[in-house]
Amino acid sequence: MLAYIIRRMLIMIPTLIAISIISFTIIQLPPGDFLTTYVAQLSASGEGIDQAELDALRHRFGLDQPIYVQYFQWVWNFVRGDFGHSFEWNKPVRSLIGERIALTILISTCTLLFTWIVSLPIGIYSAVRQYSWMDYFLTFFGFIGLATPNFLFALILLWFSYAYLGMSIGGLFSPQFIEAPWSFAKFIDLLKHLWIPVLIVGTGHTAKFIRIIRGNLLDELKKPYVTTARAKGLSETKLILKYPVRVAINPLVSTIGWTLPELISGIAITAVVLNLPTSGPLLLSALMSQDMHLAGSFIMILSILTVIGTLISDILLAWVDPRIRFGARESA
Amino acid sequence: MVPALDVRDLRVHFLLDEGTVRAVDGVSFSVEPGKTLGIVGESGSGKSVIGQSILRIVPSPGKIVRGEILLRMENGQGEPTQLDMAQIESHGRLARSIRGKEIAMIFQEPMNSFSPVHTVGSQIVEALRLHADVSPQEARNRTVEMLKKVGIPQPEHRIGAYPHELSGGMRQRAMIAMALVCNPRILIADEPTTALDVTIQAQIIDLLKKLQEEFGMAILFISHNLGVISEISHEVLVVYFGRVMEHAPVDVLFREALHPYTKALLRSVPGIDTPVRSHLATIEGTLPDPYANIPGCPFFGRCMECEGRTVCRDDPYSLTKVGPRHFVACPRICVADFA
Repeated sequence: MLAYIIRRMLIMIPTLIAISIISFTIIQLPPGDFLTTYVAQLSASGEGIDQAELDALRHRFGLDQPIYVQYFQWVWNFVRGDFGHSFEWNKPVRSLIGERIALTILISTCTLLFTWIVSLPIGIYSAVRQYSWMDYFLTFFGFIGLATPNFLFALILLWFSYAYLGMSIGGLFSPQFIEAPWSFAKFIDLLKHLWIPVLIVGTGHTAKFIRIIRGNLLDELKKPYVTTARAKGLSETKLILKYPVRVAINPLVSTIGWTLPELISGIAITAVVLNLPTSGPLLLSALMSQDMHLAGSFIMILSILTVIGTLISDILLAWVDPRIRFGARESA
Repeated sequence: MVPALDVRDLRVHFLLDEGTVRAVDGVSFSVEPGKTLGIVGESGSGKSVIGQSILRIVPSPGKIVRGEILLRMENGQGEPTQLDMAQIESHGRLARSIRGKEIAMIFQEPMNSFSPVHTVGSQIVEALRLHADVSPQEARNRTVEMLKKVGIPQPEHRIGAYPHELSGGMRQRAMIAMALVCNPRILIADEPTTALDVTIQAQIIDLLKKLQEEFGMAILFISHNLGVISEISHEVLVVYFGRVMEHAPVDVLFREALHPYTKALLRSVPGIDTPVRSHLATIEGTLPDPYANIPGCPFFGRCMECEGRTVCRDDPYSLTKVGPRHFVACPRICVADFA
């Protein structure tokens, strides 16, 4: 097991190098750089900037260096924890994104937990009582959840709570806490707001998970080992939870890795609608204004999270499934 | 003497939207302790459903619509009583306390009959601890002992193995160990050798015979393989379309089978003296439509001996005694005024 984990971690290194090259290339792809955008903005507002000042800025940000030098400098700084400087905000990237990334991870984790807690029992019920009216009922709502875009659901919820409950549910904090330092009261306030994005982002995934669990479990319930367990004298509830459910959730465990980035990008649009202080809206504006260091750091950090998420799900999968742990192939 | 298991007029029907499938339609037999009853039939003849209904694990929508499944129970005062398995609730506590404890079952697929993500040992220990009040250590010791009895080498080591780490034959041995760990009085073996190589088949049959001598359980051996049936059975039940066609001691059946279906089955088995490259004898035609309700002989139409006489089609099905312990359901033999 330990050898497996070490091997998996070594594989991560070339993956991350490749990701860094790709993210750097993507950031450099649009014509011009941040300063071109900056000059355009200035001239649009009627101000001018002389060439000498422009060259000084270009030199300060290292934009006059060859592209590979810029890349290595960026990577080297990144490894040391210096994420560079945001041109647009004129602040270190680190201070800009720290809290946002933390809140994004918090919302994603809560959403993931919510998704599992809700979808697992419903999926199991739907499979065990296949074609019962409750199965149809849950399937109906599952499909509605799956088909509704998150931002639309967010808008409806916003309107509903404002029109009928008389409260605004946007943001993650009440106004008095937004700028306040972290305290227990602020944490409680966060929890009060947190369920809304969790609910909105979670519904689509919950619906998808229910379908996957139901489908997998229906396959597993027909397997001979279920009959064997029944012939042993195990009670129905116990045998379903112990055997087919254990096998049926394996594929879901392996999806944790991709669920993380999906949740993060899924939050982006919802976050704009709900005015959440997460990473999505900031990443969007950074990309639009070619704020290279900010956008690059974001993409890199999200990619690292994805790679780590995949690692976690691989380790979990090896832990729950001995066939993977021992590198053996199932003989059919 | 009260038999270990006495099945009377068992009828198991599957009520589907398309109609009723009479998977088991009036089957009676009994097994004594220490004896083996072979149940032989083609695929779809209902032989597996007989085994499942005794354990009360017939898959939905199958239902026992009639009949008795009388299980001999010792009440401790010497006088045995009979429990009708057909009458008890299939998911209830009583049924669960009998499954695995009094009646155990082994299955055809040694590949998939164990959960792939649990060790073989833990699944055997679970069976034992469900029915016996033993400590985990004691359960483990008894499991190792049982694995040794079924001929698994290095049982202390193999107890921690996952199913995919064992060969097919080893898995079937482990399956037998799991079925016998609670010392059941009846063992239902549903095609236990079908998925195995011929050499392994012979080993498993020998093992079952040896264990039967040691533990004295009654075995219900379900198979389509007449060779295997002749090896292990004391009596044989020939099943066709959910009904018993012929029921006889094994030597009688293989020496002087009476029913045309049994004879056709015996003819289709290749022998060592069958000429090379000659065509194997087959039974013409296929099983009747499963939804059909046939009052007479279900073999009518495929039978080579009745020559289309309508009495075979119309005379109601019945099993007639033709010799000591020899029963046959063939109007040509049993109907007095057959013309």
